[in-house]
This record gives sequence, C-alpha cells and structure tokens, in this order.
Amino acid sequence: MTELLRPRSMGQARERVDGAAKVTGRARYAFEQPVERPAYVHPVQATIARGRVRTMHTGDAAALDGVLTVLTPDNAPLLATGHDPELEILQSPEVAFRGQLIGAVIAETPETARQAAGLVRADYERQPHDVTLSPERDDLYRPDVVNPSLPTDTGQGDVDAALRAAEHTVAATYTTAMYHNNPMEPHATVALWDEGGLTLHDSTQGVHAMREAVAPVLGLDKERIRVIARYVGGGFGSKGTAHAHIVLAALAAKRMPGRPVKLALTRQQMFSLAGYRTPTIQRVRLAADAAGRLTAIGNDVVEQTSRIKEFAEQTGVPARTTYAAPNRRTTHRLAALDVPVPSWMRAPGECPGMFGPEVAMDELAEDCGLDPVELRVRNEPETDPDTGLPFSSRDLVGCLHEGARRFGWQRRERAPRSRIEDGWWTGTGVASSTYPVHSAPGTSATVRLGRDGSFEVLIGAVDIGTGAWTILTQIAADALGVPAEDVHLHLGDTDLPQAPVAGGSSGTTNWGTAIVEAARSFREKYGADAGPGDELIATVPANPHSDRFAMRAFGAQFAEVRVHAATGEVRVPRLLGVFAAGRIVNPRTARSQFIGGMTMGLSMALHEDSVFDERFGFVVNHDLAEYHIAACADVESIEAQWLDEHDPYVNPMGTKGIGEIGIVGTAAAIANAAYHATGVRIRDLPVTADKFLD
Amino acid sequence: MEAEITLTVDGARRTLAVDTRVTLLDALRERLGVTSPKKGCGHGQCGACTVLLDGRRATTCLALAVAHDGARITTSAGLAGTDELHPLHQAFLDHDGFQCGYCTPGQICSAAGVLDEAERGWPSAVTANITDITDTAGAPALDAGEIRERMSGNLCRCGAYPNIVAAVAAVAEGRSR
Amino acid sequence: MIPFDYRRAEDTDGAVATVAGNPRAAFLGGGTNLVDHMKLGVAEPELLVDVTRLPLDRVDRLPGGGLRIGAAVRNSDLAADHDVRERYPVLSQALLAGASGQLRNLATTGGNLLQRTRCVYFQDVTTPCNKREPGQGCSALEGYSRYHAVLGASRHCVAVHPSDMAVALTALDAGVRVQGPDGERTVAVADLHRLPGEHPEWDTVLNHGELITAVELPELPMAARSRYRKVRDRASYAFALVSVAAALDLSGGTIRDVRIALGGVAHKPWRATLAEAALRGAPPAADEFRAAAEAELADAQPLRDNGFKVPMARNTLVSVLSELAGEELR
Repeated sequence: MTELLRPRSMGQARERVDGAAKVTGRARYAFEQPVERPAYVHPVQATIARGRVRTMHTGDAAALDGVLTVLTPDNAPLLATGHDPELEILQSPEVAFRGQLIGAVIAETPETARQAAGLVRADYERQPHDVTLSPERDDLYRPDVVNPSLPTDTGQGDVDAALRAAEHTVAATYTTAMYHNNPMEPHATVALWDEGGLTLHDSTQGVHAMREAVAPVLGLDKERIRVIARYVGGGFGSKGTAHAHIVLAALAAKRMPGRPVKLALTRQQMFSLAGYRTPTIQRVRLAADAAGRLTAIGNDVVEQTSRIKEFAEQTGVPARTTYAAPNRRTTHRLAALDVPVPSWMRAPGECPGMFGPEVAMDELAEDCGLDPVELRVRNEPETDPDTGLPFSSRDLVGCLHEGARRFGWQRRERAPRSRIEDGWWTGTGVASSTYPVHSAPGTSATVRLGRDGSFEVLIGAVDIGTGAWTILTQIAADALGVPAEDVHLHLGDTDLPQAPVAGGSSGTTNWGTAIVEAARSFREKYGADAGPGDELIATVPANPHSDRFAMRAFGAQFAEVRVHAATGEVRVPRLLGVFAAGRIVNPRTARSQFIGGMTMGLSMALHEDSVFDERFGFVVNHDLAEYHIAACADVESIEAQWLDEHDPYVNPMGTKGIGEIGIVGTAAAIANAAYHATGVRIRDLPVTADKFLD
Repeated sequence: MEAEITLTVDGARRTLAVDTRVTLLDALRERLGVTSPKKGCGHGQCGACTVLLDGRRATTCLALAVAHDGARITTSAGLAGTDELHPLHQAFLDHDGFQCGYCTPGQICSAAGVLDEAERGWPSAVTANITDITDTAGAPALDAGEIRERMSGNLCRCGAYPNIVAAVAAVAEGRSR
Repeated sequence: MIPFDYRRAEDTDGAVATVAGNPRAAFLGGGTNLVDHMKLGVAEPELLVDVTRLPLDRVDRLPGGGLRIGAAVRNSDLAADHDVRERYPVLSQALLAGASGQLRNLATTGGNLLQRTRCVYFQDVTTPCNKREPGQGCSALEGYSRYHAVLGASRHCVAVHPSDMAVALTALDAGVRVQGPDGERTVAVADLHRLPGEHPEWDTVLNHGELITAVELPELPMAARSRYRKVRDRASYAFALVSVAAALDLSGGTIRDVRIALGGVAHKPWRATLAEAALRGAPPAADEFRAAAEAELADAQPLRDNGFKVPMARNTLVSVLSELAGEELR
C-alpha cells in the first residue's frame, strides 16, 4: 500500500494558473502562433461515399492568383503505409467514405485557399456504398477486442434461463445516436518543415502521442518531430488520437520547405475528419427475483466502425461491473461501413453503455414495485462482478443515499405522470455512474531547482481545459514540500519528458504520479543540499496494485425534468451528481469538470444527434446551428458533490480521475425523469419534444 | 479585390489593405495578429468571435472587414483598458467560468454587452412583461434566467454555463449596488 | 467565396440602379445570412452594395397611427423600441426569439425578411437542391425533414422560411416598402414570400434590384394584446420547429377579431386565414381554438420526420390563444 501524499496545496480551490491568459484571450492556441509569412491549407474532400477518384481537375485552382500548389493523390509526397489507414492520405485514389481527404490547396491567404479548393473537381468511379447500421445485418462481426484492449464478449451462467425463471424481467432495445465531440476550438495545425525537422503546433490532447502516430507515417525519426500544444480549446477525445488533417498539414509543410503552413478544419469538415461516437443499439436484458435482486444482466451491443479502420466502442463494459448478478452476458458486434472513422468521445463505452442498462433498471424498479434508488442499493456487489477482484474503493451506495438526501428524493411520487405545474409535467429520475481508473506506466517528469529557490517541473502533459496547469502545480508543491507559488510548470511540448494523452480521465494519475516520483527522488538524491540547476527525471513503473484490485470511480445522477403538456418541450431544471472519485485535488476545477461532464450528458439527452443521410453517406446537420449542443439557457441548476474517499491503491495522490464520469448516466437519469414526468418511456435518444406529442 | 481600411482595435489605430472577402474576424486574427476573438464555427453559430463593435456586442465571423472601415473594436484583451483585469475577467476567474478558455473572450465580450443592454432597459425573450417600459428607471433585473437567455449566443462545450451565469450575475449585482 | 467588388451605397436611388444594372450584384445588410451563404458557396455575388449606412435606420410614427420601420434598423434596436414593445409586443417577442444578442445587433429589418431557408441540403452545395439549383431535385423530400414544411409545399421544395420576425409581421398585416428601378411599391408581407410551387428558387416576389426600404405597421389597437410563442429544440439560439404569432380582440364574450400566423410550417410565414375565419364571432373557448387550429392544419402533409409538427402547431396555437383570452378576460 502506497503512502498517500499529504495534502497542503492539494485540496485548495486555487484559481487557475492559466486563468488570466484565457479570460483576456492572450493565451495562444495552435492556429494563433505568430509565424512569419504563413501559407494556408484548405482540404478537398470526397463527395462520394465509396469508389475511386478517376481524375482530379486542378487547372482552375492552380491558375488562381495566390495559389502555391494543389496536392492530389497523383502528386502528394509519399507516406509509409501499413501503419494507420486513417492517416495514410492522398496515397491512392480509393474513396472509403464521403468527406475523406482527396486533396488540398496551399495558397497565400485563407480566402484564396478556400476558393481554390472549391474549384478542384474530381471525376469518380462510383461504387454502391453501404452505410446502414442495423442489428439485422448478416455480416456483423466480432472484433478481437474492444477499446482499449478489453474482451469483446463476457459471460457467466445462463442469462436466457435466468430470464425464463425470473419473477421480474426487462428485455428491450435501447439506442444512442451518433455524436460528434465538437470542441469549441476546431482541429488545427501549424506546421513547419525545415532542416531541423518538422515542428507542429497542434491542437491536441497529447503531444507525444501525436508524434508517435505521425512519425512512422511520415517516415521520420520521432526525434526530428516536435509537437507543441500549450493551450488547447477542448478535445473530449477527438484530439486524443491523430486524425488525417495533421498529416495533411505535414505534407503541405514538406511541399513548402522553410515556410510555415496553417491548417484549421472548418466546423463542417470536423464532422467527417475528426472522429465521432458510433451510434449504439443495445439489447438489454435484466432478470430479478421477487425481492428485486438481479439474477441476470445482459447487454448485447451492435455498433459501427469504418471499413478502413476498426474502432470498437466498449459499450457493454459497464454492464459487467456495476451490479451483482449470477448470470451475465455482454457482447459487441460491429458493422464495418463506408463511413468516417469513429473514435474516442468523452467516456467511450461507459457513456453510451450506461444509457441502456440504467433505463432498464428504472423499468425493472417499476416492475418490482421498488424505488429505483433502493433497487440499485439492493444489487451492490461485494467484489467486482467482472474480475472477481475486490474494489480498491467503491461507494456507489453512499452516492445514491447522499444524492437522494440532497435532492429531496423522498418527496417523489411513486406513480409516473402524477404532477403538473403551470402546464408542465414534472418528474424526477436517477441513474448510476461509473468510470474506470486508467493508468499507463512510462510517464516521466523532471524536477529542477531554479536560481531563486523555486522549482521548475517539466512534463509533456497537455491541459485541454481540465485544470492540469493548476492541479499539477498543486501536486508538485506538495510533493516537493513548497508553496504552490514556488512551482513553475512547463507543459505541452515533446521537448519535455514523455507523457501520455489527456484521456481516459488518467491525466492526473499518470502525470501526477510522475511528478511525485520525480519530486521524491529529487529530495532523496539531493536532500537539503540541492543547488540551482540540480535536476532529476523520474519515470513511473506500473502500479503494483493494478492486478490486485478493481479500480473505479462511481457516482449517482439525479435529474428533474419538465415536459410541456401542450408543446412537448423538454427542460431540465435540476441536475445533481454525487461522486466517489477518490481525492479531489482542486475543488474549484473539479466541480467544473463534473458539471461540465453532466452538461454534456444533458446535451446528449436532449439535443445531440448527428443525422446521417444514408443516400449520400454523410452527416447532413454538420454545423453548430443544426447539430445542437446545449446552450446556456438549457442549463439551469447543476450541482456536483463528492464524497470523501481514501484510496491508497490508485496512485500516490489518491485520485481516480474525474474528466469523464460526469457524462456517464446523465442521459439515463434524464430519460428516467422524463418517464416519471409523463409516463412516456423513451428508449431512443435524444429525448425530444416530438416524442411526447400525438 | 483589395481595399484599404482603418480599424481602432483595443485603442490602437490600425490601417491595412484587405481582400474584400476578409471577415472582420480574419482581419483581426490573420492580418493584425489580434487573436483574443476566436473562430469556432465561422458561421455565426457559436459566438466565440464576439467583440464589442462600436460599443455593441457583435459576431465578427460574418461581418466583412471592408464594411466596417473606421470601426472601433474592443476585444476581451482590451476590455480592461490600462487595468490588468476588467471586473468581468475577475468574476470569470472567481467563479471558474471557463475550462478550455476558447469560448471565453467571446463570452466576456458578450457579457459586457449584456450588462450594457440591460442598463439601457432592453428586454429579452424571457422578460415577463416587455411592455413595461422601464428605461433608466429600472432596467430588467439580471436574474439567472435573464442571464442564461441573454448569454445563449455563446456556446461552451466544456459546460461552464452555471459558472458563467454566476460570474455575470456577480458583476451585474456589483453594478446595481 | 469568389472575389467581389464592394461599394458603400451613397443613396437609395444609386444603390438600386447599381444592383439592378448587374445581375450578379446583391445588397448587403448586416451580412449574417448573405456572408454565411457566400462562405458556403450558396451565394456568389460579384458586387456587394452595402446599404447599411443609408438613412433607413429610424422607427417613425406614421400619421395614421402606424409605424414605419427603416429597413436598416437593427433587429436588436427594433425589439427594444418603445412603440413596438407597447403597441406590437408580438413583433418585439418574435425578434427576441430569433438568433442571439450579438447577431441581432448586426441583422437588419430588410435582411431578416430576406433570409433564406435553413434546409441542410440547401446549405450544402454537394447535395441536390431545387432552390439553389433548379432542376437538381429536392433532397429533403425523402431525406432529413425534421425542420421542413407541412403546409403549402410542393414536390420541388419542402423548405421552410426561418424568420421569426416575418411571422409576427404577417399577423400584423404589415406592408413592405420596396424601391426598384421603376419606382416604389408596397407589398403586403403576407404576399412578399412565395410558396415554392414549380419555382422554389424564388423566395419572394421581389425583382432583382428591388430594395426593401421600410416596413410599415398599420394602426392595430388589438395588437397591444399579442403574443409570439416559439417552440424549438434548444431553449434558446435555435430555429423554430413551430411558432405562433397571434393577437386577439374580445368583445362581450365573443371574438371580435383575431390575427394568427404560423412559423416553421411552410415556405412562407403562414397566415392562418381558415382559423381566423372560424374564430371570428365565436366564443373564446379552448374547444373553439382547437377546432380552428384543426381546420387550419387539415391539409397538412407531413414528411418522414415532421409529422409531430401538426399536433405541435395545433397545441401551441390553442395554448397561445387561451393565454391571450385569459389575459383579456382578466
């Protein structure tokens, strides 16, 4: 058991280190780097979903004043193939999805580049495309693993038999829509290729990860690539893996040696080039005895991936671990379609995978005549039902009870459609949340003593808005035993020690542990005699407790929903989340993380829906006027609370990661509340007005 | 086709030649290096590019620079004048009204516009009785519901809305006192 | 966006003559719709004539009691105007329900009337659209049609007009002052926008080169009791699924006069003449309102995704009229 770091600076609600730079707008994001005489890149995208480019007509574009060059599959620099089909752009005339990159214009100004890109015409040899996701397909396949490397199917006992024998059952199909991450800062890269190598100012969640992804494709030693990302305008997973545009920027830079090139995706382009969450179809089955104790849990998931690259969202995973039941079954089957490449979006797996089961739990509670909070409490497992390991800590029951108390749950009417206020049906709902504690060995950090007695802490981590600048400062301060004012952090550069992506809610675990290691080793090595310039780099080994414990954060989400009796409009006047997520390093930034996740969950519940037109093979509502994300007026009262949790096994800080759990379960809580308000059960997101009208 | 225009940006007079196609936002960001206003969508659908244009909040991604020759522009970077921080900046820091920070300068310029519009007695879509012409006698009180509606033109994907509303309310309250 | 010339109009006559004389010229107002479309390649003018500095930026009282709203008056200023708020609250509410504060500060009265549909296929030049390119076919007809028309559409186009303001103006019987190369004329707002028929490429009855100079609101005392209700997917900053603009005049327990227009249901703001006729002289009762709404919507022809608009429009209309009746009776 690790001795947890004693909190001094940790636990304080410190103002963000990067706050003043951000509120004034002085913080410079990727596209805003001051560079000399930049050239601008504008992509050309395929307008068919499958086939090949026969001819590219680039004459009109090339003839335009200010156009420097037009890249096509015919003339683009060669890439190494066989690494990542999403990144191997302009290497063949094949078109695997609509919106795929088939070229680009490089020009003196962004206006000229965009105009010229519009003048590039492609003749295609069209092939019929196949973009229909359906559980009825006969070519659904079983991926080898699901993201990141989890078993595709799990099972114990006999779910079918348990359902036949059970007092109470629920068997229904639930669906979540296609979602696009849509960080406010569009994906952008400024690239410079010169004698020194390739420099990329990129809007990314991981500088080292980007370098490692693009180096083999570009055929460059990774030491010759530098990736920098000091400020990043959100990512939510879409900037966690490399997407095609970063390679396009590099190719353009290669074509313009010595001259910086700038590429920012338009909002519309982001809908086909920057990843998305697959739609999911979840066949959920629950069985329970007369007392409401689960005898079976099953979630059979069907979802999509792209034909050129597999991404298998681990939607069935939360059903493996949330509740006890002797008979269990989860499966994942994929349709490989002529669609853009799906990828990470905030809480992949857990987010969609807690919608079906948590709405089903609400249905089961009603069938059992039990309060939905009580049903969940009755099914608390003693050990992790998936692995059989003990939990390092788990307090779902505490979250449910504390949430119920704070939310006023006991005043809730038992029957749905019981309360109408000023023309609005009003109800409440609950759902559980969970998210795993991820950690990756190999993260490094450097601690260096400066001339003035302050410390520099260097790590290639990225703050995408999570608060890493601030909380890593606090962790370093406590690890070094100095005030936070005496710590100066350096982040977001591959010239800094190796660090994994801001993803999987693992930033604090990985980066914080490395900083603590480096600080402890520094103190051990130099003791009280450290002098200016003394420095030490430390690398984190694997967590020895990872094999002994199941490590997860848990939470409970409570929602109040109003549905207008005449118009069907849906509003969420109240959301409360209570979380047991280890130690909270900074209550101010943590609260923002939780309510931010819950807000995105509200947005998913009520609004978000990428409308895929199967005739054309692309998302037709591809902008922020038509793809709605929650606006300020949609978000009334959102509260996040957390329970004190002492977990000595997860990492030296005792933290579990909080960036994603807020979105998990929110949509189910809202759908359950909508049912309680109206008596209308919605199993297909989003919960929109039309579903309450007849 | 080029035109010469003059803009006063955060107090500094700047003259530049622009292609008529250049938006005010791109003139600021790509020609003048003023990157406080952000580009989030380019189509008036997110509000990240909001500045004060001749004193009123306005999106700049759909405004042609050439059509605003002579305009006075205040970005979040210039809002405080010679002070380090404007009260809105401080309130956003106090209430953690942002995470990634990308929509934030636009939120803050928009908030400045909201405060000004309320002082002028402008109603909003949620103002209960818009026929009560209050004028300077009593601007519509900026309660949370009013702020939420008035700030809805600025999307925030990090979900900082409750904190943004608290920040704007704090400044509004300070002003009315 | 293709390169274009920009000219700032010195006077209305000159602006009209310039645009009328060049088939590829267009008037530029606040730019919130036109520049959007230029970026998307939906509009490709070669010459923009900026009319925002013409002296059309005032709201004046007319001798007969109405109001004249200059075409360059910004949406935000019009919404805040005292006379509009007191005498035509439906107009103020409609304006405030549209777009966002920072867009309303740019958008003009004339430009708002002339904004074009938000149909996703119209806005994407890679998909067929008869409105953008006559003869290509309508992609929405059998495609994504949540926001599309249920009334008055044709097989050539099922788009809806997106303006909130225009719905209120239609209910108010406003007139549009238009100046063209051959002089001035007034077009009723209800006649300004067209149904798509065989020519969805024409949004309005205006000829190229005609400039909206003002909108005139007639004296209409009953409009002091008027209301705009917008139903949308987001609580704010979203286009209407359905909207209702209505004014009600009650006298001695019956409806003396009523004005109703619907938004979000047709290629133009939909003046609900059938519902109005059914209600004149009727008692202000919920079942009367419902019957009138059903009469208006009897010919609705929903598409794949928008069948809900029929009950939504019906219920919203009943709810608005009930509220207005309740206010009057109080």
